[in-house]
Amino acid sequence: MRFSPHKGPCGHSCCLRVENVSVKIGADRILQDMNLHVHCGEMVALIGPNGAGKSTFLKAILGQQEYEGIIAFSEPGKRSKKPRIGYVPQSPAFDPSDPVSVSDLFACCMSKRPAFLGLGKSMEDLVQECLERVHGEELIHKRVGTLSGGELQRVLLALALEPMPNILILDEPLSGVDIEGMTNLMDMLDEIRQTYDLSILMTTHDFSMLDRYADQVVLIDHGILIKGKPETVLNSEAFRTAFHLKGGRA
Amino acid sequence: MSIWYTLCDLIPLEMLRWDFMKNALLALLLMAPLFGLLSTMIVTGRMSFFSDALGHSAFTGIAIGSIFGLAAPIWAAVGFSIGFALLFSWVRNRSNQAADTLIGVFSSSAVALGIFIATLGGGSFTKYNKFLIGDILSVTPGEIGMLVLVLAGVLVFWMLFANRLSLIAIHPQLASSRGIRVGLAQTLFTAAIAVVVTLSISSVGLLILNSLLVLPAASARNISRNIKEYTLFSVLFALAAGLGGLTLSYYLGSSAGAAISLILALIFAVTFSFRKVRG
Repeated sequence: MRFSPHKGPCGHSCCLRVENVSVKIGADRILQDMNLHVHCGEMVALIGPNGAGKSTFLKAILGQQEYEGIIAFSEPGKRSKKPRIGYVPQSPAFDPSDPVSVSDLFACCMSKRPAFLGLGKSMEDLVQECLERVHGEELIHKRVGTLSGGELQRVLLALALEPMPNILILDEPLSGVDIEGMTNLMDMLDEIRQTYDLSILMTTHDFSMLDRYADQVVLIDHGILIKGKPETVLNSEAFRTAFHLKGGRA
Repeated sequence: MSIWYTLCDLIPLEMLRWDFMKNALLALLLMAPLFGLLSTMIVTGRMSFFSDALGHSAFTGIAIGSIFGLAAPIWAAVGFSIGFALLFSWVRNRSNQAADTLIGVFSSSAVALGIFIATLGGGSFTKYNKFLIGDILSVTPGEIGMLVLVLAGVLVFWMLFANRLSLIAIHPQLASSRGIRVGLAQTLFTAAIAVVVTLSISSVGLLILNSLLVLPAASARNISRNIKEYTLFSVLFALAAGLGGLTLSYYLGSSAGAAISLILALIFAVTFSFRKVRG
């Protein structure tokens, strides 16, 4: 992974630059010649049919998948720097019988002090502060297995935001969340990116939220088919073909 | 040991008049926290059958150690168990078969190999019976010293790795995305189980060893709301069952290991009926 000054060739301050990225697993070429710039404070939605390579692309950005090409990060005003990536994994299923509270989950992720010895005052304050960012203060002592889909996404989001990352990556954050929960979650992501000038890259199968929240939509199917404003992509022929739609958008 | 014997003499209990009972009590006080701690992670990580398979591999290791005439076959067993655990992890990471299928493959192969070696050339299996049933009353001061070292080692490992192991057990992908080296932590954990299982096999016995690695945490899960309660209850249940089982077996003349397991089963039944009150 290479890091570069923040000014990209597109003239914007780029938080993430992906140039000519290809991924090959065995004999299969999963992704071919991906080019994408995510600007600071921008919300980018990655869409595509199942098996299009969305999760593989996220793994390449996270450094969990080998790739060819360049993936570079930068932070405005600072020179080359190891990026902090906040990552919210795809709808993780927690066992409802697991005796693990939300504060335990934070302690396991962030604290050196073993969770079985209790949280400690300073850690409890930090967890409270993290949960406040996602309006989830009341969740601190709840068991993770009993959280609703929306509550769980908020907790995982709070975890991904500590320490505050340079870019936030979410894999299908809207799956398993009801309509009200989706709106709440997207409102919160919008608020967070404005407050912290945070770039957000997310994959989704739910197109109803894109018009309102996404700055850029990228349609991929083993490579980028089309990218641009939500209305451009969602009304394109490539979108209709990729999702086998006749006459209009979903 | 003499300090321990003096302490035991202060307790006005008839069963503590005997040195073998004093040894057994101390061994249980050391073993119970070990089982209680490891149990929490084994159950959360869905490794109950894996720890059972490790017990079987320890038996095979003992048989191999005996046949080659090693002075202390238990060390051959420790080595074999660790090797077995590492080989299993290696195959699991490269196979798309379900974990329980692979455990079945490894467990049955280990048992078959153990029996094959033990009976090679018409050898008698009788001398291995003590590893199947276990006898805590025959524990020696040397073995107790070894348990002290193992407990200290596991406690240090637990202080350093408990958070990482918990996160891996709860959600491996999340752990990996937080930069945790999942493979390394899992390997160290399986090696720790292999050592504890193998060193306890002659005291507790292969047939009931796994109940000690599963039941304390299974019972604790019924009534715990967080990791602190979970760990505390699991260790307490293991200790209570250890002390209760030893006492019961002394007065009824039964196997101590079996009595301990039965008390743990009773604790599970009681906590199960309270699960909704606290869960």
